[in-house]
Amino acid sequence: MEVATGAGGSKPDVPLVALSGACVHFGAVRALDGVSLTVRPGECVGLIGHNGAGKSTAVNVINGGLTPTDGSVHYAHSPETKGTGVVRARASGIRSVFQELSLCPNLSVLENLRVPHRDLKGIGWRKAAAERIAKALDEVFPGHRIEPGMTVGDLTLAERQMVEIAAGFAGGPSPARLVILDEPTSSLDASIARQLLEHVRRFCAGGGAVIFISHMLGEVFEVASRIDVMKDGKIIASRPASDFTQQGLIDAMGHVASEKTEARVAVESSQRIGDEVLRTSEGLNARKGEIVGLAGLAGHGQAEALARFFMSRSGNLRRVKNPDVAFVAGDRGRDGVMPIWSILRNLTLTHLPSLARRGLVSAEAERKLGADWKQRIGIRTGNLDNLILSLSGGNQQKVLFARALASTAPIVVMDDPMRGVDVGTKQEAYDMIRREAASGRTFLWYSTETDEVCQCDRVFVFRNGRISAELTGGEINEENILAASFQMQGAGA
Amino acid sequence: MNGKYRILLPVLSLTVLLAAVFYLQPRAMSYFGLNLLFNLAVPIALATIAQMMIMMVNDIDLSVGTFVSFVACVTATFLNDAPLIGVAILLASILAYAAIGALIHIRQLPAIVVTLGMSFVWGGLAVLLLPSPGGAAPDWIRTIMTVKPPFVPMAVVACILIAGLTHLLIMRSATGAILRAVGGNAQAVARSGWSVTKLKAGAYALAGLFGVLAGVCLVGLTTSADANIALRYTLLSIAGVILGGGEFTGGRVSPVGAVIGALTLALAGSFLSFMRLSPDWQIGAQGAILILVLAVRLIFSRRNRKWRTSDNG
Repeated sequence: MEVATGAGGSKPDVPLVALSGACVHFGAVRALDGVSLTVRPGECVGLIGHNGAGKSTAVNVINGGLTPTDGSVHYAHSPETKGTGVVRARASGIRSVFQELSLCPNLSVLENLRVPHRDLKGIGWRKAAAERIAKALDEVFPGHRIEPGMTVGDLTLAERQMVEIAAGFAGGPSPARLVILDEPTSSLDASIARQLLEHVRRFCAGGGAVIFISHMLGEVFEVASRIDVMKDGKIIASRPASDFTQQGLIDAMGHVASEKTEARVAVESSQRIGDEVLRTSEGLNARKGEIVGLAGLAGHGQAEALARFFMSRSGNLRRVKNPDVAFVAGDRGRDGVMPIWSILRNLTLTHLPSLARRGLVSAEAERKLGADWKQRIGIRTGNLDNLILSLSGGNQQKVLFARALASTAPIVVMDDPMRGVDVGTKQEAYDMIRREAASGRTFLWYSTETDEVCQCDRVFVFRNGRISAELTGGEINEENILAASFQMQGAGA
Repeated sequence: MNGKYRILLPVLSLTVLLAAVFYLQPRAMSYFGLNLLFNLAVPIALATIAQMMIMMVNDIDLSVGTFVSFVACVTATFLNDAPLIGVAILLASILAYAAIGALIHIRQLPAIVVTLGMSFVWGGLAVLLLPSPGGAAPDWIRTIMTVKPPFVPMAVVACILIAGLTHLLIMRSATGAILRAVGGNAQAVARSGWSVTKLKAGAYALAGLFGVLAGVCLVGLTTSADANIALRYTLLSIAGVILGGGEFTGGRVSPVGAVIGALTLALAGSFLSFMRLSPDWQIGAQGAILILVLAVRLIFSRRNRKWRTSDNG
């Protein structure tokens, strides 16, 4: 009854899940642009792509979390009846193991199994749950030291990930037929990762199927029978794994040649760049007047590195008037705009100390500063007293740029500032950044878009929270960034 | 690790306080004395459990005090005079709690604001029912609250029963696990196909149920009601949950701890009276005891975190 491996009774030729022409639009953004994908029993599909290629969206469509705006999803083992997508996907044996942990830290290991396994209830459910999760853990990670009664919050990160993976494979009344693993090995060490890869192979040999997403190309080659490469919301290549080489994959993920290189304005960087002004413990450094990029796959420690640096250099009460570092937020809603304030008040927020006379803000000085910056960076509004939310996303971002640039701070930290900004505004912002750099400012610029990173003088590529490569000048191109973002060797061995 | 020892601190603080009370007033160490000490702790314990249900799903209920007052007024009037209507009103109020929970989740409203608003609604209804103190307790509830079991006084038995039953319901049952999961990681719960709205409504309904029990018990002890009878329960119940090892967020709650926390708070009042402290100072002193216990807890959890980071690093 409780089989953790194999998926009894699946006919090999009936696809477990079939997407045909699936599109997902978020406003104007096409996250998924006509993806057709089938997964059959016994297959292990490696799904790779750069930031924003649409991998997570595709996974969310498969597991029923998102309904495609166009196209269709068919599950083999679920009749097309009522119930939400999630319920239908689960009923047909589709399980997802997400990259960001989806366990409840306040519950024990066995209680966590209760969340996905809805049949666990009534008298004796604890015993059944404990047996189920212990069996799955034993099969996937032999030699683990996790007890079903342990509280998840007390486990190490690797152990939590092990529990999460084991829960994905754990048997129940509807056995796991297709398990989606999204960066499953990101916090596992080499020997544990190896156990997982072996289990994936066993599971597929027993008639199950796996979708394997990883930035470790070695791992993908080791387990995948087929590799699908995604870019810009489309699957651009889908071939048996043996037809790809690692270099071939990198090339497939990238743009055709470097179409943006000529857009780079070659400022005489040797004149502009001066002495080193910052150096952090992880090896990040920058010189006066330099634009330093932080690249790599999203969530590999770039934003944290910026935040750590910013926090270490700010918060000094004696320097409020002349801050050392200014910050441009990318996630405007979370750490950028004050939603119920006017444009002017948003713009002048960090300069209030220098606008104040005897503790009161001088309205005249504030207005002057606002008008000055409105003209300098072209905020498109008739009246600076309008609410900030009346502006488009791009113009809101300009206000945030103005907020940072109007300060005297010699270093500006930017956390993916062009998120959701239109192309025109981007070009204006690039020019502005270059002008400011020419006048001696240093920029630390984290971006998930390769075009933006190519605007920098020097680029640090992050992988797993560490700097994996430092690129300068002509080395800065998409190919090198991708190569440094994805791990080329085998499973961390 | 942490979870297992979480209950130790509330037990320790209750023991220390109890020892201090017995030292000051040895006569309290009797059947009658214990009943007197803990009598009024029973409704506080029930209200604390109600608050815990809400805090379990990462919300907070500022209307517990007025809700219990409202229930007390219903009990002393309708439940006594026209039991059927009384029961119907109480059931409707539990449904109202469930509806508030659903509303808070669907509209993503801050619970603190909604329940603060509701506290005025319940308070107003209570004043409408009983503009001046009065009413009478139904006989059956009076009988239950004054029953004299052998060896152990009613108040102690009731507290053990409340702690045991809610522990089974929240910490052991499958339903309790999924309710706590909502507090731990609501997104994961939703992704597994559960309706978080229904679960939150369920948690609020449980809070309503325990609030009703608290109000009925309170009238059983006081024999009459007043629209302001339980106003201080709001803060007492929040303090009780925290004192018992619960946390404001993350679904970390302990029903046994919550009951012990409520007992500690009730006992702190008696302790201060035995100290012959002027009533003017009692509320402040009660706060000081609370700060002391929470400070000890903070030191423990800090040290725990330090161990864990050194383990992982």
